[in-house]
Amino acid sequence: MNKIHELTALLLAVLMAATLAACTGKGDAAANTSGGVLTVFAAASLKTSFTELAEMFEARHPGTTVTLSFAGSADLATQINQGAPADVFASADTRNMEELQETGLVDGEPQIFATNTLAIAVPPGNPAGIRSFADLAKTGTRLVQCARQVPCGAAAATIEQQTGIDLNPVSEENSVTDVLGKVVSAEADAGLVYVTDLKSAAGRVEGVAFPEAAGAVNSYPAAVLSNTKNSANARAFLELIGSPEGQQVLSDAGFGPGSP
Amino acid sequence: MSHQVYSGVPRWIYAVAVLAALVVVLPLIAMVARVNWANFLPLVTSESAVSALGLSLRTSAASTVLCILLGVPLALVLARGRFPLQGLLRSLVLLPLVLPPVVGGIALLYTFGRQGLLGSTLEVLGLQIAFSTTAVVLAQTFVALPFLVVSLEGALRTGGERYEAVAATLGASPGRVFRRVTLPLVLPGLASGAVLSFARSLGEFGATLTFAGSLQGVTRTLPLEIYLQRETDPDAAVALSLVLVAVAVAVVALAYRRPGGRAGRASQRTTAAAAPVRNAA
Repeated sequence: MNKIHELTALLLAVLMAATLAACTGKGDAAANTSGGVLTVFAAASLKTSFTELAEMFEARHPGTTVTLSFAGSADLATQINQGAPADVFASADTRNMEELQETGLVDGEPQIFATNTLAIAVPPGNPAGIRSFADLAKTGTRLVQCARQVPCGAAAATIEQQTGIDLNPVSEENSVTDVLGKVVSAEADAGLVYVTDLKSAAGRVEGVAFPEAAGAVNSYPAAVLSNTKNSANARAFLELIGSPEGQQVLSDAGFGPGSP
Repeated sequence: MSHQVYSGVPRWIYAVAVLAALVVVLPLIAMVARVNWANFLPLVTSESAVSALGLSLRTSAASTVLCILLGVPLALVLARGRFPLQGLLRSLVLLPLVLPPVVGGIALLYTFGRQGLLGSTLEVLGLQIAFSTTAVVLAQTFVALPFLVVSLEGALRTGGERYEAVAATLGASPGRVFRRVTLPLVLPGLASGAVLSFARSLGEFGATLTFAGSLQGVTRTLPLEIYLQRETDPDAAVALSLVLVAVAVAVVALAYRRPGGRAGRASQRTTAAAAPVRNAA
């Protein structure tokens, strides 16, 4: 009886070890044979445009599948630092890209492929009558913005400093999508979001542009990662982003042009 | 073999059990290993960290009180009452246990938000719930209430109705039976339910983020602060996580230590409690 139990235990252990090995090995295996798979980690704000660019890329490179992973730039940078198998990284700010450069995970110089500026989003009908950046500081205005720790909040802080206007938000969110959500649900009277968010939420929010936004332009860098097993395809993807067609997709989404 | 005490557990089960324990413990060990001890104290005593911990403790205490006030009658009705759709009510009340917290946040938003079910009524009354500490307490109560109801209903069912029936035949009114017999009997269950509710409130994240927002001192509880710090300062996030783990461990230890100690006292109290009932009869 005991023998049988020990045998079962052994079998179970082997099975588990095999499962574990399969789990950990999967990523590497996929990257190794990735003649057909290109993994792109991109900032959440790039979702619409990069989905379109990936389709464009697959059409031009038959047999290649582009896997997209969208999240906050800091999250993606952390994942890449922890060994996530990605070939291309497109960040919503230069800071996270620089961090990866410092740890030697970036291959070559990142290219700035787009820019983004802040805009005010208000619920349909603009119930609080927001017309300018200064209006955001009016007492009784329920303003939601990003926390300083994330790029959209840092940009807002820069504009506050430049204009001398002190904002008094009711909430400082972790991501611009959370800010947008609070405006869409009309819980907030106004939210500081990106111009591109106004495009993606058209119909659910109204936009108020303000000239002061030019004082804090966010640059989007993209680069090939040094761990890529697929550098030819990764480079081709970067070229597509920089090409006139790629830039058109980004400009349709509301992004400003990158620096060639 | 024959001298060993029979435990009924095959030895290979232990191997798997150790593996199971590792699934839970290993990530915690990995996190502790990452703590930057040199900066630990400044990191956890920063103004934003202290404010977040204070807010977390205050709101969790408030929601635990709410859970007790609302949960005790609900558990009693579910355990002792007999009415149509009782089973359905129980399932619905337990829903937050399995619901993703973000779904709870959305549901709360459509209830108490400006555009929500009660939003216009609340606005007329001059009450603004979203973006306030009240919203945090509501979110925590929503997710923590089932813990109290489950614990207490279990205690009520295990306890049975014999003592209550005896007290009633001796002439005690339902209110008196509840105060002097039922409540003392289920006190250990109530205590562990309350502690679990507190722990769940302390860890509440998704519903708070969706419904209450995030502002230092008002709505940014410790889990939200950790989530935010992680963006720029992983060391601070890890240090604060350790604080939350320490508080959670203390709370859970309290919950699992109490029943033994309390149960003894509770049964003594029950015998003591039975005396006045007898006198009254």
